[in-house]
Amino acid sequence: MSVAGTPIEEIPLSLRGPAPTRVLVGYGFWLFLLSDIIIFGVFFAAYAVLSGETAGGPTGPQLFDHGRVLIETACLLASSFTCGMMAIAADRRARAGTYFWAIVTMALGATFLSLELAEFAHMAAIGAVPQRSAFLSSFFTLVGTHGLHVTTGLLWLAVMLAQIATLGFSPAVQRRLLCFSLFWHALDIVWVGVFSIVYLGAH
Amino acid sequence: MDRSADTDSDGAKGAKGTPRDEAPGAHGTGRDRFNAYLAGLIFSTILTLASFWSASTGAIYGPGVPILLGVLAIAQMGVHLVFFLHISSAPDQVNNFLALAFGVFVVGLIVFGSMLIMANLNHMMVPMDKLMQMQR
Repeated sequence: MSVAGTPIEEIPLSLRGPAPTRVLVGYGFWLFLLSDIIIFGVFFAAYAVLSGETAGGPTGPQLFDHGRVLIETACLLASSFTCGMMAIAADRRARAGTYFWAIVTMALGATFLSLELAEFAHMAAIGAVPQRSAFLSSFFTLVGTHGLHVTTGLLWLAVMLAQIATLGFSPAVQRRLLCFSLFWHALDIVWVGVFSIVYLGAH
Repeated sequence: MDRSADTDSDGAKGAKGTPRDEAPGAHGTGRDRFNAYLAGLIFSTILTLASFWSASTGAIYGPGVPILLGVLAIAQMGVHLVFFLHISSAPDQVNNFLALAFGVFVVGLIVFGSMLIMANLNHMMVPMDKLMQMQR
């Protein structure tokens, strides 16, 4: 990239020519993630406004189990770390390592999801359904949307494993893996907001 | 965000090969990147445990807990952005950084704007029992 020995950082950005495809794809996907985060921001706003409107129904502290949420958080945090390990292995084109860390990531994501579904089932069993109050509507919308994103991420990761098996580590597959890890880390950021505001902030 | 170690050479290194405003683990060897993910995991574990502790303990002045939770959450989001997503103010990250700033601005407007407007509406509204009397 450097012209006749000129160090790259001395060439102005505007004169360096087109950015590598990898950088462009990362930027485009980052824009998508930010728009996704804005969707979550709207649901957070709705929850913040409606969290006190329980209409005589169950309130947050009556429903939320901090121990379960801590385990869910640990699962997502650990899966972010293993997703990073997968990214390193994929850049080395180490097939076995990529599969191993991808499967660990999927297992942690699935554990998170099953804990969340068990919580929803418990809430439904005691009558805390979305129709009960505005608080519960906004709760299920926010937390459910995050859960749907995690589900999508698990499906995406399964598809990526199939693509590595069939297409190998082609540049396109590498870029999709980059986008997947960005998606997975962004979900973790949203979850930080969820457990801080919804579960721990309930009063 | 660009986690390629070998494909491009414009890693925004300073004159002596030192990183300039780069996120840890954005470039470099597998070991550097492993260390960055490990540091991110450790920092966010500490911040998570601090959040859960401060929500359950009675040792902290009650009205201060939500503020503390907010500070811890923002710190943890920052840790995730830097150590996992490798967002930084490095020269090759200008576009990502500006997009992030705009996203944070929009989310802040939506969340705090909604809370402000709805609190104001609640304050101005006729109480429900009076409203029922007026309709009679």
